[in-house]
Order: sequence, then structure tokens, then C-alpha cells
Amino acid sequence: MAETLAQREPGRAAARIDLQTLGPILALIALIVIGTLLNPDFLASRNITNVLSRSAFIGIIAVGMTFVITAGGLDLSVGSMTAFISGVMILLMNALIPAMGPSLGVILVGMAAGLALGAVLGAVNGLLITRMRIEAFIVTLGSMVIFRSLVTWLADGGTISLNFGVASLFEPVYYGGLFGIRWPIIVFAVVALLGEIAMRHTAFGRHCAAIGSNEQVARFSAVDVNRVRLMTYVLLGLLVGLASVLYVPRLGSASNSTGVLWELETIAAVIIGGTLLKGGFGRVWGTVIGVLILGLIDNILNLTDLVSPYLNGAIQGVIIILAVVLQRARKSTR
Amino acid sequence: MAGVTAAAVQGTAPAVPALALRGVDRSFGPVTVLQDLTLELFPGEVHALIGENGAGKSTSMKIMSGYLAPTAGTVEVDGRPVRFADSREAEAQGVVLIHQEFNLAQLLSVEQNIFLGHELKRGWRLDHGAMRARVRELLDQLQTPLDPRDKVAAISVPEKQMVEIAKALAREARVLIMDEPTAALTTRETEVLFAQIARLKAKGVAILYTSHKLDEVAAIADRITVLRDGRQVVTTTGGAMTEDQMAEAMVGRELSDMFPAKRPADTAGAVLEVRGFSVEDVVRDASFTLRRGEILGFAGLVGSGRTELMEGLIGIRPTRGEMRINGAPVHIGSVAAARRAGLVYLPEDRKEHGLILTQGMRPNLTLLALPRFGRRLLDRAAEEAALTRAIEEFDIRAPRRDVLVGNLSGGNQQKLLLAKTMLAEPQIVIIDEPTRGIDVGTKQQFYGFIHGLIDAGHSVIVVSSEMTEVIGLASRVLVMRNGRIAGEVRGAEVNEDAIVRLAMGLEGAENG
Repeated sequence: MAETLAQREPGRAAARIDLQTLGPILALIALIVIGTLLNPDFLASRNITNVLSRSAFIGIIAVGMTFVITAGGLDLSVGSMTAFISGVMILLMNALIPAMGPSLGVILVGMAAGLALGAVLGAVNGLLITRMRIEAFIVTLGSMVIFRSLVTWLADGGTISLNFGVASLFEPVYYGGLFGIRWPIIVFAVVALLGEIAMRHTAFGRHCAAIGSNEQVARFSAVDVNRVRLMTYVLLGLLVGLASVLYVPRLGSASNSTGVLWELETIAAVIIGGTLLKGGFGRVWGTVIGVLILGLIDNILNLTDLVSPYLNGAIQGVIIILAVVLQRARKSTR
Repeated sequence: MAGVTAAAVQGTAPAVPALALRGVDRSFGPVTVLQDLTLELFPGEVHALIGENGAGKSTSMKIMSGYLAPTAGTVEVDGRPVRFADSREAEAQGVVLIHQEFNLAQLLSVEQNIFLGHELKRGWRLDHGAMRARVRELLDQLQTPLDPRDKVAAISVPEKQMVEIAKALAREARVLIMDEPTAALTTRETEVLFAQIARLKAKGVAILYTSHKLDEVAAIADRITVLRDGRQVVTTTGGAMTEDQMAEAMVGRELSDMFPAKRPADTAGAVLEVRGFSVEDVVRDASFTLRRGEILGFAGLVGSGRTELMEGLIGIRPTRGEMRINGAPVHIGSVAAARRAGLVYLPEDRKEHGLILTQGMRPNLTLLALPRFGRRLLDRAAEEAALTRAIEEFDIRAPRRDVLVGNLSGGNQQKLLLAKTMLAEPQIVIIDEPTRGIDVGTKQQFYGFIHGLIDAGHSVIVVSSEMTEVIGLASRVLVMRNGRIAGEVRGAEVNEDAIVRLAMGLEGAENG
């Protein structure tokens, strides 16, 4: 440690850190330039709206995941949880129709149930991790499989479809919006903004980073480690519920294949954004950039026939690994 | 300092040292931690290297064993200058360092650890039989009845020490560098270790031995080198120095210069009363009183339960018993509750319990007292102002305001930790090992800070393994042994002899 102190060169170190901060932004700009060059329709508002509203689900969940990972945790269950919550919401709304008719009330109840269920499922994950002291990886691997199995069972192996009347009433929650901006995009923006504030300017964000850096120091500094950890999972569950509330009106159905691999995309977006996978440092705006990068790659591959869209996953994989290599570089500058 | 001035070293030692440092300097940036050290380790001799924390002992040992390169000067093996690129090269030459914090893989067995990186093989397969036999032989020599298949995580600290020694022996060590090997050993275990050292000497192994226990040094050293503030004070033969002379040479000043004048233990009211307090299975039935404006010392051997008692008081560990602050009964179940009751703790391990090394100074400073900086949104400007005040008040020297705390020196980390603790505006401050691993100048400054706390109306408990520190600071000292408070010394009785007798159980109120 003394050696690094001796070798410090303030100017150079600062420049290097700046590059790492800017890395994701530069990558995003590069993608936008490439996309525009390859296809003039890329920047058309219809295309951008499309990309953003499809990225919004991953984005909303990824904001919550940023807190979980910053506090040294992990949640693999978010994709399956989306599918399960969506399935339960649809079944609940369908069941309410005989009593309430295809009304706004049914939709409000469904939305409330989706949010509440998300918070409860997040709390279950969180309690198992904090009270039973089971590793987050194991707990959420288990709940991932459980939720996936439950939604398959609820759908009896097929698809759970929302009653047509309610579905058409519900549709505007995905397709509608304010000033031409769709609701999912607006919700994503608000969630990201609140998340950024919570991470940087509240005791909760500070405590998450402290716990992820060194749980013992946090304990000795009067941080209620278990409570903060639990809250990160509840927050993430709530945001998964919110994503489900926006997702159901898009297709009006849920099935075994809903939300498949979302957990990986979410974690990838968080890591690409510069949050440390081992915890201790997180930035929500970085996560937003990470989500946009993943969404744009998918979109560019679909718009052009330069590379097969089937290679989307391969390109995302390369980017995730690159992002971690960059993190390693930052660590060694310490 | 009569009688310890560079006495010429005579003796029967061979002319060529197995390992020698000649005119070695080492600096970290602008800070010189070791200056012009010349030290010779002869085969079949124990050379004791003593000095206070921060005197340069660890740096010397690291240079000898290839963990650090000297900034100037040479390292010689058998009279030939060498340059160790790393510790493996040193080991290849037979120079092995036994770390104070053991380098053992917790989940591997004793046998796997002893041969880690040097496994015996038959072709491409591990030769389990040969390794088992060799480990048994080594453990027998060390009179350590361990099963080679035991996991290291499951064995005791002294046993780990023995495993480290066995590991060094398995490497055919010619030069063995032991960093405070007896710090965690009982008297009986120390005797076994000394018997081993005698056996190694007879085999012609050169041994460098460091310890804070000067009686041990007097007992086994053939040669003694004293370091102070990175300089070599004296090198002499073992019998030439008494323990008192060693201590004087190490400190290099009267203790009264180090510590501000003590205040008489006055009879102010009790601020903290603890009665029949037990912490887990470690501390039993502790009762004591802290008076307002007092510095109360806690002494005792490592493992006597001092730290556990303090961690119990601030709610880190489950406890039973009674606790009153300002006469009102309190129940403290968490650090947050302790903070609200006006009780804060400065942990002994600042790197693992005190500070987040990967964060800057501001988030570290305000973490404990964070509720003071805003209920919903944190007030960044107030935090910055607090940091400015802390830097000024506690003389924290950092290259930049946003420097990572891990890049600060130990002394500055400790100052930041004190600033962090005091930001919670406590009535009672518990300071565990206030000056571990910091240099003498900063130590002195820190003692001044502690007296400043008293002046500002706080009451302080100081826990320390450094006898001089407890004696120099506290007007009353409680001595712990085996999880109990063995006794109290106060006023003129506060001296090393009285404390050691209580700590070792030679006398006391009870025979626990």
C-alpha cells in the first residue's frame, strides 16, 4: 500500500479513472454512430421508441439489481419472478371479471397485486439470505427454478391469456403515454432518476456501498446490515412487480417462456455500467447506459444484415467480459 | 544508556553469516522506514530483532525474505550478494519467513498446507504415502499431536504456529525468520517452541527472532539488535543487555516524554456502570465502573477477553448482565443503540472493522454518524465541512481529499478512525489498541488527542496490549485474564509488574 502511495501520479491516475467512468458512455455513443451509419432509419423516433420501451423492462429491474449487487448480493430469480407475477396477475384479473366485469377496477386490483406480490417474493428471497444465512446465489437459483416451475404449472404447460376485454382496456399502459412518450419509457426514466438519487444522496445508498465493501466495518459503524440487505431485495422485487405490470398489457399473456434470461441481461447491464460484481460500488446511471447498450446492439443487429441476429448473444457476451476486464484495470490502479 | 553502546560482538560464531544485510535502506516514497541496517545471521545462532511497532522490524524481515527489495544496500547469502526477486527465490536459497498472520489455506488439511506448492510426486501423481510419513515425522519432532488430515480451520492458533514451523522445516530452511512466534502461545507451548529452536540451532539453522516479550529475548537470544524509528540503535551479544536496558534502547526516551501529564483519578460520578456482565462464552461476570472524565485502562494478554467485552458493550455480541449509563439502566442490542446511548467503540482492527479501505475519506468519516447528515437526502456540503474540520482537528495528512483510505498511512487511518468515532458525539469512547502499527511520532500525537477528549468532557476506556501505553495513559487499570476481570491497579500501583502479575494469574482477587 505504501508503495502505491509512493508511486502516485495524481494527474495520470485521475485521467485513467475518468476514462473508466466515460467508457460506457463512449461505447453507447459509438453504437449510436454505427447504428446511424448502417441504417438511416435507426434514429427515427419510431425505432427509438421501440428500442426504449422494450429495454424498459430490463431497465427497471436493473435499477433494483444495482442496489442488490452494490450491497454484495445477487438475484438470479428476476426473470422467472416476472413470469410468475405476470401469470398470477392475469389469473387474478380473469377471476375478478365475473364479479366486477372488464373494468378499470379489475386492472387496478391486478396492478396492485403485481406490485405487492413482487415485494413479497423479494422479501422471501431477502429473508432467506439474511436470516437463514444462505448464499444469495443458492437462494435465488432455487427461487428462479421454483417460480419458473410455478408459472408452467399455472399455465398447465401452455399460455395464460388475459380476458380480451380487460386486455384491450389494459393495453394503453404499454402502448399509451404522455407527449408521445410511452409509459414504460417514462416509468423507466423516473425509476432511474429516483434510483440515482437514492444511491448517491441517501443513507440507504451509502449503506449499500458500505456493506458491499466490508460488511464488518458496516456493522461496527451502526449500519443494520440485515435490514439494508433485506430492503435491497424487497426493492428489487417491487421493481420486478412494476416491470410485470408494464409487461402484461404488451402481450396480454404469460407463459413458460416469459422473461427467460432476463436475470442475465439485467446483471450484464449492471456490470457493463460499471457497478462492481463483488459489491461496494454501484452507479445507477451506469446501469441505464448498460441497458441502452444491450438494447441497441439487439436493435442494430435486427436492422442490418451485416451480422446474423442469432449472434446477438455472442456479442453481448463479449461486451460483458470486456466490461469486467475494464473493472479489473480499475482495481489494479488502487 | 550505559552498557549498551555498540559492544563489540565477540564469540565463537563462524566468520561467514548465512544471511546478512549490509547498509540496507528502505523508503516508501518520501518516508524512510529503515536506514543503514547491518545485520548478520550466523548458522546455529538466534539473533533477536527488537523494537517498538513501526521501528522497522517487519520491513527488515520482509527484505531478508524477499518480500521487499532494499532501496539501498545489499543482502548477502553465505557472503555472496543476492537479489531476491520474490519470496520464492528466497525460499529456494533456504530463507523462510514465518508470518505472524499465518499463511495457511484454511480449508486444506495440515498435510496439504505443509506441502503446498512443493508437493511430493511419483510421476504425475501425488505421493500421499511419502507426504503423510514426512508430515508425521515433522509433527513428532515438534511434539505436536496433530492428525495430518485435520483441516487447518479446525486447529488452534498455537497448532497453526507449529504447522507453519513444520512447513518451514519441510522446505529445508537454513535461515528461519520468525515474526513474533510466541504472540499467541501459552507458556507451555512457548517452552515447546524454545526446545525446537534449540534443536534447530544444533542443526546449524540461523534464526532471526522477533518478540515483544523481552524476557523471552533475554532467555534465547545469542545476539540482539535493537531498532528504533528505522535506525539501528545497537547490536550486541545476548547476555550483554538486561531487559530494562532493552526497553530503554527501544523507546529511547523516558516514558514521561511520550505521555501528557496524568490527571489524578478523581472521584467524579460514574458515567458507565457494568455489573455481572457476560459476553457469549468468552467473558464471564465482569463488573466495573467508568467515572466521568476518566481514562480507564484495560490490560491483559491477547485472548483474555478484553476486545470481546468491549464488543459486547456496544452490542456487536450477545450479552447478559446489567449496564447503566448516567445511572439509568440501558439495554444495548446494536451499535446504533450504543451510539444513541452515547457509547462508541474504536475497533482494534482498523482495516477489517474500522474503515472501508476502498472508499474515500468523506464516506468513511460520516458512516457512523450518518443520521446527523440529513434524514432523507444527505447534505454533501455538511459532510465536506465535517471532513475539513476532521483533517484540521486530528492533523490527518492526505495527499488529496479524495484519496482512497487504503492509500493512507496507518497513522493517518487511525486519526481518521478517531475522527469518525468522535463525529457521533459520544459521552463514552472505547479505544481498542489506539496505536497499533503506527510510528512513534504519531503515537505521541494520538496520546495528546486522547487527553484532549477528556478535556472536552468525554470519558475514555483504553484497551491495549502495549503495557507502556496503558501505564502512561490510564489512572486506573483493570486487568483481564481468562475472560474475567482479574483485578484493578490504580494510582502509584499502575506499573508493569503489578499488571503482569494479574494478567498471568500470579496473584489476584480470585483464582479463576
